[in-house]
Amino acid sequence: MIDHTVVELSRLQFALTAMYHFLFVPLTLGLSILMAIMESVYVMTGRDVWRRMTLFWGVLFGINFAMGVATGIVMEFQFGMNWAYYSHYVGDIFGAPLAIEGLMAFFLEATFIGLFFFGWNKLGKVQHLAVTWLVALGANFSALWILVANGWMQNPVGAVFNPDTMRMEITDFMAVIFNPVAQAKFVHTVSAGYVTGAVFVMSISAFYLLRGRHVEFAKRSIAVAASFGLAAALSVVVLGDESGYAATEHQKMKLAAIEGMWHTEKAPAPFTAFGIPHQNAQENSYEVKIPYLMGLIATRSLSGEIPGILELVDRAEHRIRGGQVAYAALERLRADRNDAEARKVFDQYWPDLGHGLLLKRYREDIGNATPQEISQAAMDTVPQVAPLFWTFRAMAGIGFYLIAFFALSFWWVTTGRLWQKRWFLRLALWTLPLPWIASECGWFVAEYGRQPWAVEGVLPTFYAASGLALHEIAITLAGFVALYTVLLVVEVKLMLKSIRKGPADTALPPDPTPATAPQAAAIARNAAHG
Amino acid sequence: MDFIPFDYATLRLVWWLLLGVLLIGFAVMDGFDLGVGALLPFVARTDAERRVVVNTIGPVWEGNQVWLILGGGAIFAAFPPLYAVSFSGFYLAMFAILFALILRPVGFKFRGKIDDPRWRGTWDWALFIGGAVPALIFGVAVGNVLLGVPYHFEPNLRPVYTGGFFALLSPFALLAGLVSVALLVAHGAGMLVLKTDGPVAARAARYGSLAALLGAVLFALAGVWIANGIPGLRIESLVDGNAPSNPLAKSVVAAPGLWFDSYRAMPATVLAPIAGLLGALASALALHRRRGGLALVASGVSLAGVILTVGFAIFPFLLPSSSMPSASLTLWDASSSHLTLWIMLLATIVFLPLILAYTTWVYRVLRGKVTADSLGDNPNAY
Repeated sequence: MIDHTVVELSRLQFALTAMYHFLFVPLTLGLSILMAIMESVYVMTGRDVWRRMTLFWGVLFGINFAMGVATGIVMEFQFGMNWAYYSHYVGDIFGAPLAIEGLMAFFLEATFIGLFFFGWNKLGKVQHLAVTWLVALGANFSALWILVANGWMQNPVGAVFNPDTMRMEITDFMAVIFNPVAQAKFVHTVSAGYVTGAVFVMSISAFYLLRGRHVEFAKRSIAVAASFGLAAALSVVVLGDESGYAATEHQKMKLAAIEGMWHTEKAPAPFTAFGIPHQNAQENSYEVKIPYLMGLIATRSLSGEIPGILELVDRAEHRIRGGQVAYAALERLRADRNDAEARKVFDQYWPDLGHGLLLKRYREDIGNATPQEISQAAMDTVPQVAPLFWTFRAMAGIGFYLIAFFALSFWWVTTGRLWQKRWFLRLALWTLPLPWIASECGWFVAEYGRQPWAVEGVLPTFYAASGLALHEIAITLAGFVALYTVLLVVEVKLMLKSIRKGPADTALPPDPTPATAPQAAAIARNAAHG
Repeated sequence: MDFIPFDYATLRLVWWLLLGVLLIGFAVMDGFDLGVGALLPFVARTDAERRVVVNTIGPVWEGNQVWLILGGGAIFAAFPPLYAVSFSGFYLAMFAILFALILRPVGFKFRGKIDDPRWRGTWDWALFIGGAVPALIFGVAVGNVLLGVPYHFEPNLRPVYTGGFFALLSPFALLAGLVSVALLVAHGAGMLVLKTDGPVAARAARYGSLAALLGAVLFALAGVWIANGIPGLRIESLVDGNAPSNPLAKSVVAAPGLWFDSYRAMPATVLAPIAGLLGALASALALHRRRGGLALVASGVSLAGVILTVGFAIFPFLLPSSSMPSASLTLWDASSSHLTLWIMLLATIVFLPLILAYTTWVYRVLRGKVTADSLGDNPNAY
């Protein structure tokens, strides 16, 4: 079996590199669309301030994008590096969305990003606008395919285990793409990215207004960000991926853990707004409950019952016993692949195979597991409740705060009163880190809440790791931490330098060739008529 | 999508070819970015010159790098065991590549942001590492593929790698690494001769033609070495191209000279090493005559030839095992399922032509020489 320390360090490295990567992704998603909107206004109205806005936010976008690319390569490679058995076991399904992400999305985004920066004086206005939109489109398609891949880890649909190849294989690709968990996650994640972009633009513009610099520039930027941000903030919460939590057994476990709901409650279940969960005692102290709310959120009904943690543990124990049967049949099939009786048993019990593998933590010959080992393995399906309970509340709290924040901004922008409210501008400044905190908390809930599974019900995380030597994982973990820390310091420093320098000093490239002016005029005319 | 018009064996062969296309795409497209990075400190001495060099590839390198990312993704999707064994087996070497590649995007973006010689000098070296180190390690990895890598499988197909990092640095593997560095440097020099003029182009032509000559000589030397001392593998059991992917179901023999099997069976494949050799020599000549475009085509042909040479030599193997040859991954027993290969082929048929079309358009827009003057009026230049 893989050394426990190696598994834990591999998990730590994946978590750190993924969460670091996701410092840059949401801003890329949001800011690319915001820039495309600003440039569209420029092309339609021909007013130069909108071009300066696109250029200035583009400079900050570029710094952020470079970090996203640098840390994204690591993500593509470390499944094979640190999770070799995972790559073998589910690569038949999981590899395809990653490869299609490259083909359909990242190629588009990365090829046109160069023209976005270098094409201002080589392209017509409309052509350059098209390039900007293609960059934004590429970034958003990227998110789609990555979340199709991640959604499959949460809800592994459209695949079966093949005893001949000892791995999961795809049976229904459409089911993988239209996986409800993946779709909910996609909308939730890109909306969160849009919110991040909007908060970023709001905060920096508020900084200029407080200093009395670049006032016209800042007001317009805030106007765009406030309306875009309000729509996005509503979308994050309303189309949040709570709906996906009813989809599967372990998603239910995650939901119960988020809620600290140890026992099944009568429908409609209350929402625990506050409490201190105790993992070993399996209870919470100081609970404050809001009646009905949980049942409404999770089942969208008054009658849907949400199972509690201990009930789900009972179900898991049952499936572990099924997994032992499946594993025994698999061993017989491996000895003789024509053993028809074994195949019949396996076909009946294979969905429980993953649960059987949970016993591998305790013994190789899992068929001989003691009742204590089986109930211990069943308890392993419970993730640590307290961290999930709190990170979820931090994320949701920030989500609701941001709806209020953008609703107020939007109201005061449209009535022209925002510019006098210095306290609100200061609040906007302090709001800057919140969307990042919410995003990181959200991923923590999604991934830590999936434990002990790498792929829910299919492959336990400890079983998925590469058999690396301890010194190998130690070297790379230290290397990533050192390099990423230095780069983060440099990145923030350059961002601050560009922000202090401000848009007025962003030198302008010469106007695009006059040949394209009629095109722009035509678009402006159409816009006016439409 | 459930109806698959090609049998499993055909799709496996198609994906073996597509893997070649992607690797060649990476070597030809991102190869000159790596070569330019490796040449940066030597062909450009002043800050103005270095800005010119950085900006020859500045607008395009990001798109080019996607060939590598797609290559990784395609190996994952089409040959999952190959992805699992090679990426975990070459663990520290992969980390070194990642470390170097991480320096590249930030090097490009950060370098020009602060006007200070020490700042810019630091990022110039970062860009050098980001070009030279991957070029070397990719070559070393190919050398190790030819030598075979120590791995086997447990009965549940969990890969077990039994070598260490320093075992990868054998003399033959280092020779392969030098072939890679020399040819990619020549390829990068072709780009610099095409896109720049003055002393930068002159130095690039000089270093590049030397590198191309060296690349040709070392490539030939590697061929002689394989013929005289490096054992190849051959599948002894019957091959069923339509069987489920399980690398433990065959028997394999190892003997010297077997890496020439394919060339004996299909003499036309000899064109690959010939292209590798003549392409490098033609690139040396074209660089010497300062014909950048021609040099770029010639070194591209050479890179394609070298990759195909290796692919043909080890065919149908993908990653030979030195410690348990019968566990070696081949294209017949290390692929994805029939359906996944088909879905991925459909996606490739739709998107690869689109990628080629818009990439061509972007290069057309950006055509022309990069000079210090042309950079002056673009605030977004690096």
